[in-house]
This record gives sequence, structure tokens and C-alpha cells, in this order.
Amino acid sequence: MRFQLTEDQRALRDGVRGLLTRRFGAEALRAAVEQPGLDRKLWRELGAAGFFSLRLPEVEGGVGLGLPEAVLVFEEAGRALLPGPLVATHLAAGDVPGAADGEAVVTAVGGGGLVEWLDAADVVRGDATGAVPMRSVDPLTPLWRVPPHSVVEPDPVFLLLTAAEQLGTAGRTCEAAVQHARTRGQFGRPIGAFQAVKHLCAELLVRVEVARAAVYAAAVTADPVDIAAARLLADEAAVRGARDCLQVYGGMGFTWEADVHLGLKRAWVRAERGGLHTESEKLLAGELLIEAG
Amino acid sequence: MDLSYTPEEEAFRARLRAWLAKVLPSLPPKPSPDDWPGRRAYDLGWQRMLYDAGYGEVHWDASPTVRLIFLEETENAGAPYVGANFVGLLHAGPTIAAEGTAEQRARWLPPVLRGEEVWCQGFSEPEAGSDLAALRTRAYRDGDEYVVTGSKIWTSHAEVADWCELLVRTDPSVPKHRGISWLAMRMDAPGVTVRPLRTLAGSTEFAEVFLDEVRVPVAHRVGEENDGWRVTMVTLSFERGTAFVGEVVACRRVLRAIAREARACGRWDDPVVRRRLGRLNAEFRALWRLTQWNVSEAESSGGVPGVGGSVFKLRYSRARQELYEAAAEVLGVRALDLGQGWVVDRLSSLAYTIAAGTSEIQRNIVGERILGLPKG
Repeated sequence: MRFQLTEDQRALRDGVRGLLTRRFGAEALRAAVEQPGLDRKLWRELGAAGFFSLRLPEVEGGVGLGLPEAVLVFEEAGRALLPGPLVATHLAAGDVPGAADGEAVVTAVGGGGLVEWLDAADVVRGDATGAVPMRSVDPLTPLWRVPPHSVVEPDPVFLLLTAAEQLGTAGRTCEAAVQHARTRGQFGRPIGAFQAVKHLCAELLVRVEVARAAVYAAAVTADPVDIAAARLLADEAAVRGARDCLQVYGGMGFTWEADVHLGLKRAWVRAERGGLHTESEKLLAGELLIEAG
Repeated sequence: MDLSYTPEEEAFRARLRAWLAKVLPSLPPKPSPDDWPGRRAYDLGWQRMLYDAGYGEVHWDASPTVRLIFLEETENAGAPYVGANFVGLLHAGPTIAAEGTAEQRARWLPPVLRGEEVWCQGFSEPEAGSDLAALRTRAYRDGDEYVVTGSKIWTSHAEVADWCELLVRTDPSVPKHRGISWLAMRMDAPGVTVRPLRTLAGSTEFAEVFLDEVRVPVAHRVGEENDGWRVTMVTLSFERGTAFVGEVVACRRVLRAIAREARACGRWDDPVVRRRLGRLNAEFRALWRLTQWNVSEAESSGGVPGVGGSVFKLRYSRARQELYEAAAEVLGVRALDLGQGWVVDRLSSLAYTIAAGTSEIQRNIVGERILGLPKG
């Protein structure tokens, strides 16, 4: 059993992190907030880097990698708070012309009837007839919702890659909280020296590491029950992590200027995109009786 | 990322599983929790059976993965717990194996592996709990012996132990971490008094140990004089690493039993109960994966588990308490009946966020040693 990342997987993760740091770093993120809109040039670059064709067989022009690699790539996307219907386009690669190489932007009707980036998308998967625009809480994700009869259960891989994005955002958030706790001084010392703050940070890390084990394992097994568990824990790590990070930041955390709210709002969007938590909990509860025979 | 086992590991699992199926039905009945001599005999007898079958050294000689498989299979088969052998196999044993002289290893390790001697732990003191390094039990040198005076607390299996791994202060003049030594003390030595402590669960699971001028040979010191703190950290890293594998497996089994009970008694129809059980399923699945992650990491780093154990322990101890809270919700008024299954377990679970380093201390460890936050 070698659960840790292989050399190739580490190289892939580092490569994607490098690309996203160059192309969508802190300044680009702030610029995107001030001037929303899907960056088609970046989308094509992602396509060229294999972001969408990662799991397509090489004979079909893909990279021929598996779910664990896709999870690592989407974790990096989540860490960078990269905007756009990334998961939907990735899942459309091979089915929708242009999706694999980043020429087409594909969105989908997600859990709860949520549709992201409907105006920017070339193709919508699912029935978006009668979609109503919302004033999106997340400045980087324009949102619509479809009538209840068009709502479908999200596919497990859609949930898994969304969980991977949540994991990446949770990791980013934890690092931001720790960095702030180390550098922000009050009462003559860094606030991270106070146990009340230190323990918030410790719990942030615990949630990230528990979610990481669950998400990576679900990527290996591709089992829907493992994915449901991973999804619940990753949502918790991202949403509660952002809340606690905001608390560590104090008044600054409540400002538009600090990035903390961007992580929280995206985490909220992704948690809804996966459908009701109740559904995942019911699946997990039912499995307890199945396994018991 | 690979969760599969090697053919050798799978062969080990199959062999162990077949052996367990053969021997478990022939085990004597479990002694009552109050029958300490009976418990000692039962636990040592089980260790002897493991030893004779070639599994005696699995706790510290095998690879972390083989240890994981051993704990998973024995727990799933309902085999006895490590019980009275816990300190010998998982605390004192690994410490002596890592830090003892050849002579010390030859003297102390074989009787532990063969199920002949029981060890207990004399670390905590009434005035040294979370601040363990503040311990006051004094050891004066008198020729080739130490003379030890003081008191220890929370010592499990003290009533039936042959040996105690004892932390003593050998130099009170230096900073607290630098004046501590690690001694192996015979529990039948003159001057040792054991006073059992009753837990809130009603049983006497641990004891206070009073030491009045107990003579311990200098040859029974493991590691250098005043180097006991470092020697101790070796032990504690074992405790926070792989020691909980069997318990996670056990929790998953209990959770399934709680779900069955909920269905049988009608509580399953309450969606709030179902959601709660579903959440716990996610929780313990993740904790199992985190266990595999830590074991896999220990495997590649040469066997000694790192501070990642603190991350695990923080989450696990809380989850195990929540497990029995969920059981209580399913049981309703029956949760007030000590004769009902899980009720005593619910009481026992209250210790998990305290024993082996409180959650508050674990958060300090995570904050300072993993995240690099400054000390307060």
C-alpha cells in the first residue's frame, strides 16, 4: 500500500500549481473580481495543458490519466480559486466537440438546479430551459437556476472533482489563516501565540487532512459511497475553514479587500452544486444497513 | 496513490484470518472486568498463543502495513484486545527496543512477547498532567541504585503489572526537560503501594502508585541519565501513531450495529437520526483512510510515526464520543440503563479527549510543530 503521491503525481501537481500561479495568481484573482468574465485565452491554455482531456485515452488525443490525477489537478484549481465551469467542461471532454482542447466552454445543470456561467458557455448539458438568472453571491461565478422539474442528481465523478476543488480551497484557506496568525501582532506578540487563535488554526488543518484522506481514497476506489463521504468532509473543510479563517483575520476578514470572502463564497457555491447534503447522508446511512447484511 | 496490498501482505492476511477462525472458538470465556488476576491470565494467554503461532512480534517488528493488517483482522474477527499487554507491547517494549542496551533488550523483550510479564506506565503525576515534564518524583543515586520517592497517577494495570516504565527526576537543578530519566521498576519492590482509582464508569481501570524510597538498580535505566525526556518522546510517538487502528475498525462495526438497532427499534424512521448516522459513516470512513495514509507515510519514513498522529487523535477522539452520543439517541431511555450495551462504552469514551494528551495539548502540538505557530 503506497497511498502517498507517486513521483509522477507530485510532478503533475507541481506543474499545475506552477502554471496557475503564473497565469492566475493573486493579482489576476483580484483583477477578475473587479472585471468578471470568462478568460477564453486562459481556458484554451488550460486545454492545451491537458486540463480537460486529462482522462481521455491517448488514442483520442487525451492524456490517458485516471481519477487520482484529475483530483490532484482540480485540487490545484480550487487552491487558485480558478473561475469557470471547469468540472462540467472536463466531464464533457470526448463528448462535446472542442471541450477537450479548451475551445468550447461547457456548463451543466448541477445539483439543486444550479447552472454556472450559462451566458459564457457554448454548450449546456442538461435541460436549462427556463433558467432564471440570480444575483450571484460569488463575484466570480455567475449563477442561474432551472425549474425543479429539470433538476437531476449529480454524477459521482462530478461530486468527486467538486470535492477536490473544495479540498484545494480549504488548503489555501488554512495557509492564509496560519500566515495571518504568524504575522499579525497584538498585545506585543503574534496572535498565533494565543491558544484561542492557535487552536482555530489547528482545527483548520485537521479538517483539511481528514478531507484529503477521504478525497484521495475516493479517487482510488471511485466508489459512490466513498465519494459521498469525501464530498461531505471536503465541503465541511472548505466552508467551515473559510469561516474560521475569517475569524482569525478579524475585521480585515470582513472586508472586500481581503481574499477570505472569495474562498467562502466559492465554497458555498460548490457545496450547493453537489446537491443536498441530506442526499449524501442518506446514501451513507443506507450503506450501514447494506454492509450489515 | 495506491490502496492495494502486495501479494505477500495479502498472503499474511489470509494466513492470519484462517488461524483466527481456527483458534478463536477454543478461547476460554472472557473474565469479568473486576477480575484482575483473571484478566491478566487471559491477556497473557492470548499473547502466548500469538507468540506460538508466529505473531508475537507483530507490534514492533513488522512493517506498519503488516501491523495495520494484523489489527484490522484481529478486530474484525472479534479477537481479544491487547489488554494488559498494551504498555509492554506498544509503549515500554518499543522504547526498550529503540533505546535499550543489548542486555536490556534480552532481559525485557522476550517475556513481553511470550506473554509472561505485564508492564504498566508511571508517567503522569498528580501535579504533572499535561505539563508532564514538570514531574516531581525524585530519584537519588545511592551507589549502583536509585532511591525513588514520589507518586504516579492514571497507571493502568498497576494491580497486575510486573514492571513499571517510570519517569523520575534525577537532576532538579536544570531546566525541567533535561533532568528526567527513564527507569524500569519492579512493581513488587519494597516501598511500592498501589491504590486503585475508580473511574466514572464504575470500574477500577487505573490506579495511583505511591513510591516510598523504592530502590531501582542503575542498570535498569534505559538511555542516559537525564536523557529520559527524549527517550519518552519515542514512546509517545508510538502511542499517537498506529495504536488506534483496531479502534477505528471497532468503531465502524459499532456504527453498523447502532444502525441495525435503530431500524429494529424504529428510530431509523427519524430522518435526523439517519442523517446523524450517515455523517458518522463519512467520519469513520475518512478516519480509516487517514489511518491508511499515516501508515503508508510511516512505511516510507522508516517506521516511526510522526506528528500526524496528533491530527488523527484530535478527530478520532471526538468522533468516538459522537458515536456513543448517537447510540444514546437511538437507545432513548435505555441509554440510562448500565445493563444496556454501549452505555458503559459511552461513559468510557469520555476519556478519549483527555487520555494520551488532551485535545488542547494536541492542538498545541499541531499548531506549533506542524503549522509553525509561535509558543504562547
